[in-house]
Amino acid sequence: MIYLDNQATTPLAPEAREAMLPWLAGPESSGFANPHSAHRPGRIAAAAVEIAREKVAALLPPGGRVVFTSGATEALNLAILGCGAGRIAISAIEHAAVSEPALHRDPAACVLPVDEAGLVDGEAPLPDGIGLVCVMQVNNEIGTVQPVERLAARARAAGALFLCDAVQGAGKLAPPEGADMIAVSAHKLYGPKGIGALWLRDGLDLEPLMRGGGQEGGLRSGTLSPALCAGFGAAAELALRRQTEDEAHLRALWDAARAALPGFRLNGSADQRWPGNLNMRRDGLDVARLMSDLRTIAFSAGSACASGSGKPSHVLRAIGLSDKKARSSIRLGFGRYTRMSEVLEACTQISAAADAQQEFGVSGYD
Amino acid sequence: MTAKPLYLDHAATTPLLPEARVALLDGFARWANPSSPHAHGRAARAALEDARDRIKAALGWTGELIFTSGASEALALAISRCAKPLGAVSAVEHEAVLRLVGQAPHWPVAPGSGLVEGVGEGVEGLVGIQHVNNETGVIQPLDRLAGELRAAGGWLLADCAQSAGKLVLPDADMIAISAHKFGGPIGTGALLVRDWAMLRPTGGQERGYRAGTENLPGALAMAAALEAGSGWLADAIKLRGQLEARLAEAGAGIVAAETHRLATIGAYRMPGRAAQAQLIRLDGMGIAVSAGSACSSGSLKSSHVLTAMQQDGAGEVIRVSLGRETTADDIDRFVAAWKEVAAR
Repeated sequence: MIYLDNQATTPLAPEAREAMLPWLAGPESSGFANPHSAHRPGRIAAAAVEIAREKVAALLPPGGRVVFTSGATEALNLAILGCGAGRIAISAIEHAAVSEPALHRDPAACVLPVDEAGLVDGEAPLPDGIGLVCVMQVNNEIGTVQPVERLAARARAAGALFLCDAVQGAGKLAPPEGADMIAVSAHKLYGPKGIGALWLRDGLDLEPLMRGGGQEGGLRSGTLSPALCAGFGAAAELALRRQTEDEAHLRALWDAARAALPGFRLNGSADQRWPGNLNMRRDGLDVARLMSDLRTIAFSAGSACASGSGKPSHVLRAIGLSDKKARSSIRLGFGRYTRMSEVLEACTQISAAADAQQEFGVSGYD
Repeated sequence: MTAKPLYLDHAATTPLLPEARVALLDGFARWANPSSPHAHGRAARAALEDARDRIKAALGWTGELIFTSGASEALALAISRCAKPLGAVSAVEHEAVLRLVGQAPHWPVAPGSGLVEGVGEGVEGLVGIQHVNNETGVIQPLDRLAGELRAAGGWLLADCAQSAGKLVLPDADMIAISAHKFGGPIGTGALLVRDWAMLRPTGGQERGYRAGTENLPGALAMAAALEAGSGWLADAIKLRGQLEARLAEAGAGIVAAETHRLATIGAYRMPGRAAQAQLIRLDGMGIAVSAGSACSSGSLKSSHVLTAMQQDGAGEVIRVSLGRETTADDIDRFVAAWKEVAAR
């Protein structure tokens, strides 16, 4: 099995797994305590949480604090629903974890369009009375890197807060400067599932979604898992240490795959793009059939969450593709642990299966 | 020389069971996103659904199950998205409920016993009553209350964070559980709901009732922890009996002594000695216990639970909670330490 779906989730880094083990201990050690307990084992667990928090904070700008959550979806909901903004602007290509809560809070939310390359215009007009602007750092479907610094500056000038969904960029790119809130997820950077974080600029306070024991400064009640925190911290530390190396590796994979699939056209910008993502289309391609033909290759036709819904991608539609063209698009997501030989093998198979479809006559050119 | 640590705070969290650890590590290796349609993703989805079925079977629950990050989230989900408005809560709920309820009436508990004696104002809405109190171990008569509630048109939300995996679940309409209270991992919980129509969906995973990538390792470990069973509770009942007899002899007040309580949680008053002082002394002897819930530890507020029960000397009560591995020697050591603290 060749795994090319690293935007959906990434494998757990061995280092992250290792960092979790002491906190998954049984009664023979004290590595299981509740980090909110005042006794000694509790304080030791709390110290592990704080060490992890510093490591995650290293991925994020100075001048803020990290609030652990169950994942990016919760972090984004907390940011959008908790910041008190009434009027909201979002880009046309946000993940549902942003667009759904934003539209819940402001059904008339302003949608910032993207161009054919999948980029939000940094100068796009912001409506009067805007309270919150949400633009992602790296798009999860087409990998485009958005001009978030410029948008953050403009949001501030308009008196609005800026929220950046950095799920696909955290640990890979420098953090967005000028944002007020940044959401990240551990399992997209080779950490465990079940943990994410919201970074908040100092001085900013939110209305919590979950109340109770008052953990995380009252912003997020619920027992924190020292294991998940430690795994997240180790993954963050590793991502930072390997940033240059990882990116060079992905760049090589991207170039090789692009060259090996000449019949495909790129969706989204070629240069303003995270090289872990290759989203392409080939006219007339029946992607559902391609996926069922290539059962030993894990790739996708859009985001994992929307897969299976049968709905064409809102991102591909936003860059101007017809539903038919959108349905002939595939997403290959490379990661740190993807080998060049796997990419070349997958491309050979994808190419052959796509050629076979057309040879045996599939209608649908548009 | 530091004494070997003695952990008697299992109501705060309890060690991960070996079975759950194996399942968790297995889950780490099955890291695909359960919502992905490719073979890896479908295998993860199948494992997730299998875990869901196993958890329901182990709990004897025939309704629906929504995985969450824990009981706090499950309770917030139930209260914020219930098709009925929140009608009332008991006065002794965990903060995860109390801080969500705004102006809803708080049903009193009987002095001394800590029991909710009957339904009251708000009975026609969603009513939150915990199964087992996290500070005292008191078991509420939920099956009887559920009957009275339903007769009045209400729905029962039972916080079963402390009872799931130990007691048969009550006859409730919604139930919140937390894996790390029964030997599963921290960071995984669930909301059980009798019928999807009782909740408003918001879209996303878990059939549109909880957005966010599913935590498959957590779900697998939760299932494994529940399947490990609760046979050990028979021993806990004996140990707790010995503990309480000896503490009472030494002058301790047993909170809700006459009430039916979970065998693993007890609250004990040391007359004339502030709870915080007891905790610090015991911690110095390597013994981990608590005053009230872990979440409120460190705060000097007196417990709302003990206050609601009109407990005398609420500020002198500590919680001792037993676990699977607690032994008779541990009880001996705790009683000796308790007496030493009481003596000076």
